[in-house]
Amino acid sequence: MTLSRNARLLLAAVTGLVLLVIYLPLGLVLVNSFNTSTSFTWPPSGFTTKWWDAAWHSAGARDALALSLEVAAFATVISLVLGTMAALALQRYRFFGRDAVSLLIILPIALPGIVTGIALQNAFTKILGISLSFWTIVIAHATFCIVTVFNNAVARLRRVGGNLEEASMDLGAGTFTTFRLVTFPMLRSALLAGGLLSFALSFDEIIVTTFTAGAGSQTLPLWIFENMFRPNQAPVVNVVAAALIVLSIVPIWLAQRLSVDDEGLPTAAP
Amino acid sequence: MSETAAISLRDLSKSFGTVQAVDGVDLDIADGEFFSMLGPSGSGKTTVLRMIAGFEQPTSGTILLAGEDVTGRPPFARDVNTVFQDYALFPHMSVIENVEYGLRVKKVGKGDRRRRAAEALETVRLGHLGSRRPGQLSGGQRQRVALARALVNRPKVLLLDEPLGALDLKLRREMQIELKEIQRDVGITFVFVTHDQEEALTLSDRIAVFNDGRIQQVASPRELYEGPQSAFVAGFVGTSNLLTGPAARAVVGREGTFSIRPEKIHLDAVPEGARTTEGVVREVVYLGSANHYVVDLDAPPDGSGDQATLTVLRQNLNAEDNRVSRRGERVRLGWLPEHVIDLSASEAQPAPMEETA
Repeated sequence: MTLSRNARLLLAAVTGLVLLVIYLPLGLVLVNSFNTSTSFTWPPSGFTTKWWDAAWHSAGARDALALSLEVAAFATVISLVLGTMAALALQRYRFFGRDAVSLLIILPIALPGIVTGIALQNAFTKILGISLSFWTIVIAHATFCIVTVFNNAVARLRRVGGNLEEASMDLGAGTFTTFRLVTFPMLRSALLAGGLLSFALSFDEIIVTTFTAGAGSQTLPLWIFENMFRPNQAPVVNVVAAALIVLSIVPIWLAQRLSVDDEGLPTAAP
Repeated sequence: MSETAAISLRDLSKSFGTVQAVDGVDLDIADGEFFSMLGPSGSGKTTVLRMIAGFEQPTSGTILLAGEDVTGRPPFARDVNTVFQDYALFPHMSVIENVEYGLRVKKVGKGDRRRRAAEALETVRLGHLGSRRPGQLSGGQRQRVALARALVNRPKVLLLDEPLGALDLKLRREMQIELKEIQRDVGITFVFVTHDQEEALTLSDRIAVFNDGRIQQVASPRELYEGPQSAFVAGFVGTSNLLTGPAARAVVGREGTFSIRPEKIHLDAVPEGARTTEGVVREVVYLGSANHYVVDLDAPPDGSGDQATLTVLRQNLNAEDNRVSRRGERVRLGWLPEHVIDLSASEAQPAPMEETA
């Protein structure tokens, strides 16, 4: 498609404006993490690394970060196992209620977090009688993390088709050998992309976490939310935010690279 | 015959929902035979092949491989291998890894399986491409890798699902000859699915013609062409030149349904003892080495009220054949009585639908 000169300029301007609106505030956070002023006056009165030093030594921030990483890791592992199994079942077999199950798996990602949070809290504490803990966060996160793995796996399975698996069985491989030697290698990059996205989703989740976290379990987003309005903690929070911006680039960049496979065909995004 | 047959199908049926894909197929395929299943798309030939391979479970009936009932067995517990229409090579493995896959999953030692895979690649003249990925090969090369991958397991039966369908004509011809040679060398039973009648005639020892999930006729290529038993077979294998109703009465001189192959009809010069008829050339189709003359006959319309026509095939030998067109010219056609194929018997039978229901 060719565009006129004016149209191209207009599109470039709009694109630039949108990117500016998104990334200028993020840039400000980064700059402010080195700002000597605790109230973030603009322009910065001077630059210092003492907030980075303070954040590095903040026990609260470190514990919260460790907990968030653990939660995200467990939620991702659960999602990878269950999401892959669900994708295989729904993509390779026909059974009664197949479409309904597919819808039910995808639904949690569209549900408002507050609804999921309240529902899970009720179910855990009132119905099942479990006290909220580390594991209740993991389970809550897994409910929507499954979707990213599932969607990636389904898209890949649909594109690859069932022929390779039939060929494998035809050559004498049983179901599990076929999965190990053919299906899994075909799925690998899709699962990595889905897993990274699910890790990122869990890592920054706050609403559902608020409702399902046990008393001693404070994830990083919860810690930030609690500390951001305390004047003496604000610069440290700012540093943590800045660090997260830098760290988030990695998995998203990787996920994007991985979802474009050898033939250059992108798989469906979640 | 069923004791020694490589494959025996007994009253095999398969329905998908309300669609009857395969309807009561009985078939014996002999050991070492090159057997083709020929039919239009949707005639059930591929479904029969997939049931022999074990990818589909028959709705009813039994499948015997070398006399052994394998109907309920999964694909990996049957001594057959398949060459798929789209080859289904594993894209994440090299060519040699693809070929040795069957040996690998059967726990053949690494050195042994590498050697046998290399031999199999040599058989299909691809010994030098073992380290390539399937994505780096041409269509014809992929086809041969798929063949080597199946043959390396030395199956009792090799199933081929339109394996030449994706190749261009020239390559197709080459591969047809190669397939035939390989089959003769390895002596394995080949079951070949195709919708290309020429391919089936070229390659096969015997052909089963499928239509609507049923076998219309099983015969050698020659028998099938010279003596089709139904109008469908006559029409699907070659040009049928069907004559029915009043047209048949006028042209052949008898009641019934008849077919005369185009190359058996003489144009202009008619031989001694031939039966003749007259008509007007409607179309001349230039085929290179020969011409097809479509002649509207003076005879009354056929059984369904259509203009009676005969297609004549004639080699490009004579000066008049090279004239741009003989369209509109009056011509005399002649043929020997023994070249008239009588299809009346099959037409007189009730439609097979009621027969098997």
